[in-house]
Amino acid sequence: MSYHSIVMVKQVPDTANISGQVMKPDGTVNRSKLPTVFNPEDKVALELALQLRDRYGGTVRVVTMGPLKASDLLRDCLYMGADEAFLVSDRRFAGADTLATSYVLAEALRKLSPYDMVFAGRQAIDGDTAQVGPQTAEKLGLPQITYAEGILQAEGSTITVKRKIDKGFEVLEGTLPLLITVIKDAAVPRPFRAKRVMAYKNAHTLLELEKMAEANSLLYADQLKEEYVSKGLFIPTFTADDLDVDLKRCGLGGSPTKVHKIESVVLGASEHETIPANKDGMYALIDKLMEDHIFG
Amino acid sequence: MANYFTENTDLLFQFDRLQLAEVVEIAEQGYTEAAHYDFAPTDYQDALDNYRKVLEIVGDITANTVAPQAAAVDEEGSHFAEGRVTYAAGIQEALKRLTEAELMGFTLPRRYGGLNLPTTIYTMAIEMVSRAEASLMNLFGLQDIAETINKYGTEEQRQEFLPQFASGAATGAMALTEPDAGSDLQAVNMLAYQDDSGQWRLKGVKRFITNGNAEILLVLARSEAGTKDGRGLSLFACYGKDDVKVRRIENKLGIHGSPTCELQFNDTPAQLIGKRKFGLIKYVMDMMNGARLGIAGQALGISQAAYEEALSYAKAREQFGKSIYNIPVITNVLMDMRVTLESDRSLLYAACHWVDLRNKLEEKIESLKAAGKDASAENAKLKEATRAAALLTPMVKYVLSENANKITYDALQVHGGTGYMREFNVERLARDARITNIYEGTSQLQIVAAIGGVINDIFADFFSAREEKENPGNLANLADELKEMRALFLDCLKYVTDKTDKHFQSVAAKELVELYSYLYTGWLLMEEAEQDNRKVFIARRYIINAATKARRNAEAIKKDLFGDLLYADDVLV
Repeated sequence: MSYHSIVMVKQVPDTANISGQVMKPDGTVNRSKLPTVFNPEDKVALELALQLRDRYGGTVRVVTMGPLKASDLLRDCLYMGADEAFLVSDRRFAGADTLATSYVLAEALRKLSPYDMVFAGRQAIDGDTAQVGPQTAEKLGLPQITYAEGILQAEGSTITVKRKIDKGFEVLEGTLPLLITVIKDAAVPRPFRAKRVMAYKNAHTLLELEKMAEANSLLYADQLKEEYVSKGLFIPTFTADDLDVDLKRCGLGGSPTKVHKIESVVLGASEHETIPANKDGMYALIDKLMEDHIFG
Repeated sequence: MANYFTENTDLLFQFDRLQLAEVVEIAEQGYTEAAHYDFAPTDYQDALDNYRKVLEIVGDITANTVAPQAAAVDEEGSHFAEGRVTYAAGIQEALKRLTEAELMGFTLPRRYGGLNLPTTIYTMAIEMVSRAEASLMNLFGLQDIAETINKYGTEEQRQEFLPQFASGAATGAMALTEPDAGSDLQAVNMLAYQDDSGQWRLKGVKRFITNGNAEILLVLARSEAGTKDGRGLSLFACYGKDDVKVRRIENKLGIHGSPTCELQFNDTPAQLIGKRKFGLIKYVMDMMNGARLGIAGQALGISQAAYEEALSYAKAREQFGKSIYNIPVITNVLMDMRVTLESDRSLLYAACHWVDLRNKLEEKIESLKAAGKDASAENAKLKEATRAAALLTPMVKYVLSENANKITYDALQVHGGTGYMREFNVERLARDARITNIYEGTSQLQIVAAIGGVINDIFADFFSAREEKENPGNLANLADELKEMRALFLDCLKYVTDKTDKHFQSVAAKELVELYSYLYTGWLLMEEAEQDNRKVFIARRYIINAATKARRNAEAIKKDLFGDLLYADDVLV
């Protein structure tokens, strides 16, 4: 039996390569100054979905909510082998916390149903909340398996998943359709495939086509769209108008999370302590690090 | 994330200078391939976009997957047990990734599953693969074998073999060398005969076969009983694995990830490739020329890796209260390395350009002829490209492989005692570099292959045209150096040819080929210096250094350095 999967992916700031100017004076992040990357665990989630397709057949679609720039991420998904990609984007969705994000994504998934499985990374490296996957499942009434480190097998409407727990793993069975969040160790993402990269390098979202039209008075977005659809290079975009959403539940307005304050914490060497180089010293060091929440 | 393409500014510089419009136009058959394949380019700009994207993938895989495994691959090496060869774990993983990324049929036509990319782009990929892990290149770089089948095999053979290469299901090996036929391939003894049913079969032993455990082998064998020279040899394709016995694998100084095998053929069934008797004189020569360009790319990749190691070590290492990077004698060594690296790259991609042009013009002329059209304009161009490629291929292999040895040697020296330790990468690079001026023809044989073009001074017009150009400021001085160098070369050339002594000529050939490489590379760097201010520094150091070496070479010839060869028996006691 073949399975149809949807992978929820996110473009995140490349936290490994942060330069100056990324923090605005008001404490929020200046995203335009940040290099972006494919959220690592989402990439693993896509890999797992592709492996499932390699094994059982079916399709893999990806969906992301984000601004214009997120179009890059969707092309990356096509390069890896995703069959179709969808952008969910609207100014009215901006500033969403996990509650408002999962609300919109759940509505987008309703549009994309039917499906057998929804995959997502456990968490994104920018917020580290690990909430969007579970909240989306909740809203759709889907069973969920979080922290998946592998799919052991799928048979009929039952899937067997290996799930990481504190001191080992457990093996769970779930009934489809269901949502799975994936941890980094689950798989090594495959490289981009050369032929797909060449074929899809000019695939564009509606937002990108609109931008092209804005920049050139001879181009019209609807004509461009037609042209790109006919070439198989159009990445569909859902706006608030395309989804059955209550705008009060979207974006900043729909987000109960309020950022109180962001501090830049610099761990300076204000004092130093000599720890004897013996067993007791080691234990003392570990205790100290635990106390400061550097360990544990 | 690290990327060996997007972060290598000099490679990007060469990429941006590429002038492949004519080559790509032919390769893409006037961009009609785009009608059949969604990944084929629609115009030249689109093709360049494609090449850039593909090289970015290679840059990603090599930097992030291959390079981190290089030390482990060197340590583990290949395994041989019960007649089977197994690659080191890192090599297996790398091949898997390259296959998944659809990079194993780089230059093959799309109809067989390939990407139809020019040799220039393939060589750039080879350079990156080799920088990450030199011995992986011996597997990735064996795509020339598929290329040979594509060029000289029948349509049936292409359909049988090429998709296996392109999909990564098969790797290849070229089985040429035998215990008594190394540099002298005319002495190949492997027997090829037809059995009663007309089936060709191979019998004999091959030695030092890179990746001899491959699924598909191209074998040079003696098909004409009673012959002694190269005209009795033909080229065959056969399957490895069950049909060919691996007797042992060699324990080598470097490139540990690529198994070097001794093979025994026991009446192995085989297919003739191309025509009988043309095995060595046409097909193998052609295949080896392709492979030589690959080795040049490998040498450059190793050089790049060694330079990076030396630079970062020099910056980090403090002695005498400062980083050794700031000690002038060390800075000077690093500068020499960098200038050699960049001049090597210029020479390599100039050579690739001519090779691509020659290959594609040959294809075009063939199709023009088949259509009964006039090809005289193309023929004239082909003549020029053929001469340039025939000289530059062995020249670039010679220069870059010798330089790789020098650069890795210097990189180790910059590390001091640390570099001698196995914990650091640089000793591995020095060992890996050592093979590049030996295999696919030793440096001495590259000189033999290159000297013809040098004696005929095939770039005379190119040099004259450059000399007539006006050059601003600093470049004018450098142009003068090059002009002097040319006068020196012409003088030496006359001296050597006038002296009708074959032995003397064969020894002086090295000095002449080197002189010619200084001239050609020097003018290439002048061109680059006009484009980019930073390159003026590269051209300056290269040309002044080359001028001093040129004078040395000229004196060696004119002062009869080699005159004592006549008394070798008295000296070599």
